[in-house]
Amino acid sequence: MSSLRRRAVPYLLISPTVALIAAFLVYPIGSVAYYSLQNRNLTRPWADGFAGLENFRRMLFEDELFWQSLGFTAKWVVAEIGLQLLLGLALALIVNESFIGRGLARSLVFSPWAVSGVLTTGIWILLYTPGTGVLRFLGHPETAVLGNLDTVFPAVVVTELWRGVPFFAILLLAGLQGIPGELYEAAAVDGAGRVRRFRHVTLPHLRDAIVLATLLRSVWEFNNVDLLYTLTGGGPAQVTTTLPLYVAQRAIDSKDFGYGSALTMAGFVILLFFSLLYLRLSRFGEDR
Amino acid sequence: MSTDVVIRAGRAHASGDRSHRRPRPKRDPGRVLRLYVPLGLYLVFTLVPFYWMLVFAVRPAGSTTPVPWPITFEHFETVWNDIGYAVFFRNSVIVGVWSLLATTVLAVMGGYALSRYRFRGRTLFMVVLLCTQFIPGAMLLIPLFTIFKTLGLINNLGSLIVADTVFNLPLSVILMSGFISAVPFTVEEAAMVDGCTRLRAFLAVVLPQLRPGLIAVGSFAFIHTWNNFLFALMFVSRQDSFTIPVGLSYTIGEYSADFGALAAGGVVAAVPVVCVFAVVQRYLVHGISAGAVKG
Repeated sequence: MSSLRRRAVPYLLISPTVALIAAFLVYPIGSVAYYSLQNRNLTRPWADGFAGLENFRRMLFEDELFWQSLGFTAKWVVAEIGLQLLLGLALALIVNESFIGRGLARSLVFSPWAVSGVLTTGIWILLYTPGTGVLRFLGHPETAVLGNLDTVFPAVVVTELWRGVPFFAILLLAGLQGIPGELYEAAAVDGAGRVRRFRHVTLPHLRDAIVLATLLRSVWEFNNVDLLYTLTGGGPAQVTTTLPLYVAQRAIDSKDFGYGSALTMAGFVILLFFSLLYLRLSRFGEDR
Repeated sequence: MSTDVVIRAGRAHASGDRSHRRPRPKRDPGRVLRLYVPLGLYLVFTLVPFYWMLVFAVRPAGSTTPVPWPITFEHFETVWNDIGYAVFFRNSVIVGVWSLLATTVLAVMGGYALSRYRFRGRTLFMVVLLCTQFIPGAMLLIPLFTIFKTLGLINNLGSLIVADTVFNLPLSVILMSGFISAVPFTVEEAAMVDGCTRLRAFLAVVLPQLRPGLIAVGSFAFIHTWNNFLFALMFVSRQDSFTIPVGLSYTIGEYSADFGALAAGGVVAAVPVVCVFAVVQRYLVHGISAGAVKG
């Protein structure tokens, strides 16, 4: 084989992947930027055309729901990620211990990871429905938790925790398994107790895994549309509408692609800003 | 960055095995409080929802007993025959299997290139793959709809196969390159010295050892595709092209009084992923540490 042909091999191997990513990820992002400057509504094609910054002006100055959805998005991501990190870390530490039945316990506690957002909604609607749900066993037989402004937030947060904690736990367990056992032995020889071993051996070694898991999950929870779309539809009174859910509703229900694209651009900017900020603050990947 | 993936993949395999050989724990009353009580509580939180769905699915309509007996399959007959889950299920299997095959083949190709070759643009390729993790599918609904409309793939399962494959691919390529790097290059070299071409050496020597990687990547792809809701909701509007999540979302909306049908539909949606999960979960932890945690 000639050296030129040999050098072409890796490029041939990656070419289908590169082509797919270019056509269906990179190009769409570019076209969102283009649409955001257009009037484009599938239900009113006669009004399509260049709009300049009109979509953005409407979004920033006239659309209260945009600002409200931003506020809820922040609340949603912070609550989910904080709780998922705490519970996921605890769960990872527990199933990293050796005990009889550990394999089975891992399979069971990780299993909601494989469940879709829509199925999660189906399951939790059964749990939350007044009269026939499980709340009657907790002394709240007639509370419609999903329709009540006071209870809807904790209800959706718990539902997403059910599905979200396993993934955090899986990522952190993978990180835990990368810590050499000798470090714990050495720390124990030096007289470090359980708490100090956790603080000085486990946490520093888990740092990268925690940073990456937190970042990935934040992005995914930010983008989590399936669950809220089906569980609350963004209600009651739009109080559980995240920005991506708002975009999806615009795209699916009202087919207002121009304005939806402007909202999408806002989402991209926010994601990019916080991802960069977070990576910088956590000094990800740097040697200590 | 890239060699890191390689090294960690190997290490993850090694440590995954090592943990089985830990010494049996000593009896310690603190362990009950520290380990078994929280684990038990968490298991209740995890399993009660599944149990509740099963109860609704096999309980006659109108009954409210938490322990159903005798059980009935009437709800399954309703969803499968009357609501059309037989068709949704078939569509989901078609999309899931094609996406699995496409993702796995392309991931092996891309992963092999990343793992075995040093070429110009390799780092850029890695960075692009990692960056795609931050691109939300939900935010690309509008442009993707326009593209598929141009391609004539709206109301066609092909749009779902393509879109799901694209979103599965980046992580799959990274994962697969970790798994391929864990197979020593020397075995491949030996086969080539014996006169095999590189392709034959790969097929005969590397591929058999990649079984865990193929299972892990294939299962991730299948589960993600099976679960995908928004693409199916956006790109398909004819009922005979619905996939399971879309069908289920309509069951949630329209049959909200008929919880038996909702629960039975949920069980139908859950069974394939639960089966795949049972296979894949052994590879889950070190599969992820091979690729995702440390890219």
